[in-house]
Amino acid sequence: MKFQGYRRPDGRIGIRNHVLVIPTVACVNRVAMDISNRTGAATFMHPYGCTFDAEENRTTEEAFIGHGVHPNVGAVLVVSLGCETASGSKVFDAIKASGRPVERLVVQKAGGSRTTSDAGVEIVERMTAELAVQPTDEGDLSELIIALECGSSDAFSGLTANPAVGEAADIIVDAGGTVILSELTEMVGAESVLYRRGKTPEVRDELMRRIKAYEIELSMSTEDDSGVFISPGNIEGGLTTIEEKSLGCIYKAGTRPITEVVDYGQQPHEKGVIIMDTPGYDISSVTGKIIGGAHMVLFTTGKGTPSGSAIAPVLKVSSNNRVFREMPDDIDISAGDILEGTKSLRQVGEELVDLVMRTARGEKGKAEYFHIQEFAIPNVSVLRKEVIHAEMVKRNDLSFMQ
Amino acid sequence: MPVTAILIRAQDHVATLTGPVAAGDAVLITGQGKTREIIARNDMPAGHKLAIRPIQEHEQILKYGEVIGEATADIAEGGHVHTHNCWGVKARRHS
Repeated sequence: MKFQGYRRPDGRIGIRNHVLVIPTVACVNRVAMDISNRTGAATFMHPYGCTFDAEENRTTEEAFIGHGVHPNVGAVLVVSLGCETASGSKVFDAIKASGRPVERLVVQKAGGSRTTSDAGVEIVERMTAELAVQPTDEGDLSELIIALECGSSDAFSGLTANPAVGEAADIIVDAGGTVILSELTEMVGAESVLYRRGKTPEVRDELMRRIKAYEIELSMSTEDDSGVFISPGNIEGGLTTIEEKSLGCIYKAGTRPITEVVDYGQQPHEKGVIIMDTPGYDISSVTGKIIGGAHMVLFTTGKGTPSGSAIAPVLKVSSNNRVFREMPDDIDISAGDILEGTKSLRQVGEELVDLVMRTARGEKGKAEYFHIQEFAIPNVSVLRKEVIHAEMVKRNDLSFMQ
Repeated sequence: MPVTAILIRAQDHVATLTGPVAAGDAVLITGQGKTREIIARNDMPAGHKLAIRPIQEHEQILKYGEVIGEATADIAEGGHVHTHNCWGVKARRHS
C-alpha cells in the first residue's frame, strides 16, 4: 500500500513535513509557543527545568534529538535559554548531522523573549517556504512504524478496541511494516504469551528480564504480595486479575512474532513487532515511541482522551460508540460496532489500516486539527532513587554501588 | 432482545457482558462458534464476566485463550466470575 511522503537523507520517509521549534528548557516554552502560534510551526512544552541527574539529562537531550531527526520533521529551530543543563549545541549538532536545515536561537544572547520570537518567526517562515517546494517521494506501508498505545481505558478496551488494533497490527506486519508496543508495567501477568511470541531466545530472555525488573520495582510501592495489582476502578469495571488486564492490553500488538526489544526512545533495527521499554504513563510512552521514529500512533481509549503529539498523528480508537458520539472532537474511529454485533474484529481492523493509509496520505487526525501537542519524558526522580536505595539496604545488597 | 456477552476464544470459560443483567435474564453468547443462550445466575454489571460452563474449584479459568486466574469455589454455568470466586495466579490480595 503506497503513499506520497517526504524522503529524508537517512533514507527514512516522513508522512508530514513539519518545521519543529524545540525549547531546550521550560524557561523558554513561551517563546517557542509564541513562534509556533505566529507561524503554525510544530512545538511542544518542555515539562522540566534543569536536571543534575546524568541519566535524566541524557534522556532529555535524546528526546529533543529524536524529535529533531524524526522522519515527519523537515526543518528545526532550536530555542535555548543559554544556561540550561540540556546542551542546546549538542542537540543542534546532532540534528545538523542528519542533513536537515536547522538553526538555533539563544534567548540570553538574542535580545530576550520578544526579540527572539521575532527572529524565530523569520527563520520559520523561511524554512516553511523551502519545505513547500520539496518534491514528494513514494512510500510504502512496509516503511512505516505504527506505535500502539492505550489510555483512559474501560472494561471494553480489551474486548473491542485493543483486539481490533491487534487485527490491524497483524495486517501491517504481514505487509512488512512495524508496530511498537510499550509500557512494560502493563505486561506483568502476560509473560507466558509474550515469551511464546519472542522470535529468538535473546528476545525472549531480554523481555522477561525487563518485565521482572518492573515487577520488583512495583513491589516496593504496593501492598500486594507480589507487587502487582489492579485498581479499584478496574475491578468495578469487571477486571478480576492482573493477568486479565495485561492480556487485554497486549492484545493491541496482534499475534505475530516479537522481533526486538528496545530501550526508551531507541530506533528499532528490526521490522515486525517491537517492544519498547517505557513507563506506564501514556504521554511519556507515546513520546518515547515517537523519539524512536514512530510515524503515527493508534491510541485506544474507553473513556476518551484528547492526547496528541507535536509531530506524529495520534489516532484515537474508542472501545464503544457512546464515547465516539460524545467526544467527536477527539475520537477518530470507533470499534464499538463489535460490541453491538454489527462488525467483526477483522472488519474494524481493516478499517483501521485504511485510516492509517489515509493518514499517511495526508488526512489530518483529530489531534492534529486542534494542535494538541503533548510531550513527556521519564523523570528519574530523586524520590524513586531513594526508594530503590532503601530497598537495597533492606536487602543488604549494595552491590550496585561498587 | 437479550443482552449479549462476547466469547473471545472458543476455549474460554467466560464471556464478557456488553450490558447489565439481572439474575434469571437470558444472555446471548456471541463472538465464537454458534450463538447460544445462557441464563444469568446473578445480577451483573456491563463489562463483567459470566461462566459459560460449570467451573470447578481450583480449575484454571481461561479468557483470551489464556489463564486469567484460578477458581476459589465451584461456579455454575451463568454464574458471575469475579474477585469473590477467582484469584490471580500472579498476585493475590491479602484481604
